[in-house]
Amino acid sequence: MFDDRYTLAYRLYPYARHADQDKDTPVRHPVVVMGGGPVGVATALDLGAQGIPCVVLDDHEGVGMGSRAICFAKRTLEIANRYGAGKPMVEKGVVWNLGKVFHKDDKVFEFNLLPEEGHEFPAFINLQQPYFESFMIERLYEMQKQGAPVEIRGKNRVDSVTVKDDHVVLEVMTPDGPYTMEADWLIGCDGANSPLRTMLGHDFTGKVFKDSFLIADIKMINDDFPTERWFWFEPTSSSGASILLHRQPDNVWRVDFQIGWDVDRKEEMKEENIRKRLDAFLGEDVDYEMVWSSIYTFQCKRMEKFRHGPVIFAGDAAHQVSPFGARGANSGMQDIDNLGWKLGLVINGQAPESLLDSYNTERVHGADENILNSTRATDFITPKSETSHIFRNAVLELSEHYEFARPLVNSGRLSLPCVYDGSPLNSADGLPHGPERTRPGAPCPDAPCPDATPGEGFLLPKLGGTFTLLTLNAEAPEGFEESGVAVTRLALNTADDKTGALAARYLGEAKSAVYLIRPDQHVAARRENFDENLFRAALRRATGKE
Amino acid sequence: MSTVTLTPNIAGGDDFYEELLNAHEGLSKEDSDSYNARLILILANHIGDRAVLSDAITAAKRKG
Repeated sequence: MFDDRYTLAYRLYPYARHADQDKDTPVRHPVVVMGGGPVGVATALDLGAQGIPCVVLDDHEGVGMGSRAICFAKRTLEIANRYGAGKPMVEKGVVWNLGKVFHKDDKVFEFNLLPEEGHEFPAFINLQQPYFESFMIERLYEMQKQGAPVEIRGKNRVDSVTVKDDHVVLEVMTPDGPYTMEADWLIGCDGANSPLRTMLGHDFTGKVFKDSFLIADIKMINDDFPTERWFWFEPTSSSGASILLHRQPDNVWRVDFQIGWDVDRKEEMKEENIRKRLDAFLGEDVDYEMVWSSIYTFQCKRMEKFRHGPVIFAGDAAHQVSPFGARGANSGMQDIDNLGWKLGLVINGQAPESLLDSYNTERVHGADENILNSTRATDFITPKSETSHIFRNAVLELSEHYEFARPLVNSGRLSLPCVYDGSPLNSADGLPHGPERTRPGAPCPDAPCPDATPGEGFLLPKLGGTFTLLTLNAEAPEGFEESGVAVTRLALNTADDKTGALAARYLGEAKSAVYLIRPDQHVAARRENFDENLFRAALRRATGKE
Repeated sequence: MSTVTLTPNIAGGDDFYEELLNAHEGLSKEDSDSYNARLILILANHIGDRAVLSDAITAAKRKG
């Protein structure tokens, strides 16, 4: 009845009988999350930090084996840091900056991500997904100890869902048998094959790509491979149509072979056959152990709507992309960053339910951006037609000699947070000479705080969780409240800005600036000076009341 | 908005045409196709103007 679909790496939340199971009438919870993956656990962390009760149900008892997602972007680390789980990720993760692109036998060029100075977190880290998940679950237990009303229930499988007008009824199966529970809000974080989506009969449409990829994670023995990202197009070893080599912690390398659509999966997955590919690629003299392998195909799909009354979908359950560009787990984290505070305000009666429709608007926009980028990368990596193949190779051939062609080489455009341009929560830009990157809708870029010692004290940890009024060289009250939502001021002066980064990112040509910043660290409004009426209106707009 | 030039703009058109064909002389169909692709990319980058490029992509669809 309860066969695991996969092997566990860490059994972090073993089944334990819960008092809910012995009640005569079903217990109603404000929020139930289906799925204990990174997105589901992030939901609990976001709500827990706001003091909002949240129950995560997972049909397994811990984190699955296999590195799976390995590339985590700065924005994800910033969000995880807001939840209190970001720092261990960076300590464990591998930071990389240099990428090399090869075509056939030649290196055609290399690039340095050259991360911008003055950010607390690196542009990317590589980290096996089980570590990423474990850090978040450890944080959940830590929060729980500190009194946050969050929990995760292992081997609690949702077998049926009935959607009522203002709540949801769930039939949950456990090793002790079934029980019924109710939820005001049900968040579907149950992955790309979302059973919840299927149970409720929601659409999931898009493109299926006719190619498959073989992942081999290997541990190098006496290696001297550098911490770089290497991407081969048409390697002459003919071990794949393309190959990606990327370092992870623990001396493990991800090797990703593009092996075509018509393959015998069972044959390809045999260790001897994987070793044949690896040996052809690495050379016979490289010694390694196999850690994990998997064959995947992929699709670019999304639900038409992410919110269906009291049921809200997030992460892969709502949208799926190809892995090129690391836009899967990274975009799921942004979903929760966006949803958490809105759900919190609605549950606390501080905002109308319609605020949740802006989650749909903003994250559908984000999903479309991710699907667009990952589809383009896929079309470059696996050209669909002879002509597309000719152009792809022309770009690669030119890029070896001419700089102009290098930006056209697309082995994945690495995940950047989405700017919610045109969102109904944005107020018109009142700082026209301000930097474009901090326009309304944009995620706040990090910067060193002026009064801090260099390398310490960054802006982002001072923002987020609640609404903030960030003032730069401007007067404003210490805070205000508007229809039940409080704003607190963070006053900074760029006269003390040693690096100039804060001024460059938030002032531009302007002498002063006042920003209204949402709990998810996106800009809601900005002007040169504080104007009480306008900022009150901006706050009402940002909470779905205008 | 910039538009693509569709009136005569190359001095010595016959010269240019000959030079273009000469570049393909002796190439296999495959090499010619790949040469064309490289040439298009170089010219496109030289033009740079996105509106002109879109205009040219549309203009080239017309066959007669």
